Amino acid sequence: MSNSERSMRTPLGRVRAHGASGEGTGHFIAQRVTSIALVLLAPWFVVSVALAVRDASYLATIDWIADPVNAVGVILLVAIGLYHMSIGMQEVIVDYILKPSTKMILLFLNAAFPLVLAVGAIFAVLLVNFGV
Amino acid sequence: MAGAPSSQDRPIAPHVSIWRWHVTMASSILHRVTGVGLYGAAIGVAIWLIAAALGPEPYSMVDTILSAWYGQAAMYLVVASLAYHLANGIRHLVFDTGAGLTPTDADTSAWFAILFAIAAPIGLWALLTFGV
Repeated sequence: MSNSERSMRTPLGRVRAHGASGEGTGHFIAQRVTSIALVLLAPWFVVSVALAVRDASYLATIDWIADPVNAVGVILLVAIGLYHMSIGMQEVIVDYILKPSTKMILLFLNAAFPLVLAVGAIFAVLLVNFGV
Repeated sequence: MAGAPSSQDRPIAPHVSIWRWHVTMASSILHRVTGVGLYGAAIGVAIWLIAAALGPEPYSMVDTILSAWYGQAAMYLVVASLAYHLANGIRHLVFDTGAGLTPTDADTSAWFAILFAIAAPIGLWALLTFGV
């Protein structure tokens, strides 16, 4: 790279796969696409739950989750929200954690934990709707 | 570069500490801080759903936490963080189109996002107390 002035490689060829996370604009676009969905889903969730489950009682919560529109909405919120959250936290980890081993462990946990959480939460919604 | 051996020895330019504090700086830092905070809120939503699926006994633990003063305080912070991240997220989507990037416009929209974060939880509380 020392004689890059005279190299015949194109600028794109030199920078490709050298980004902080080794990839291109996929996450940048996914972050924005998911944010547009969350602009609608997040305020709906907060206002809908606040109005329906104001005292946090068990029956009010079950009633809210058992409504099909609420069930579909909250599954979308969990799936899209936790993906958005994982991308955002990955950016934070890549920015602040310099030690490669710590960074790799945190990036792995940040990929695995939201996935487990999302599957657990979505399964819970299905269980309330179709369970015993 | 991650692979550069002497990166620890190089002098680092002072950045955050040397700048006059201004609102666009605060808005950027707040976006990241609220994003990380909402990671915790998402875990809370997942726990809430899973507890509801587990039945009245496990749910009563969540109910106790949400009804206590610290649960209520946490909910207030979550709504404020979500409102801020939402307003500032929309601000960034507008920035992505190339609009609103002049210092005057960016300052105005940053203040709007901060004021919205203060107003939203108060508005939701008023809706629940005096509204429907």
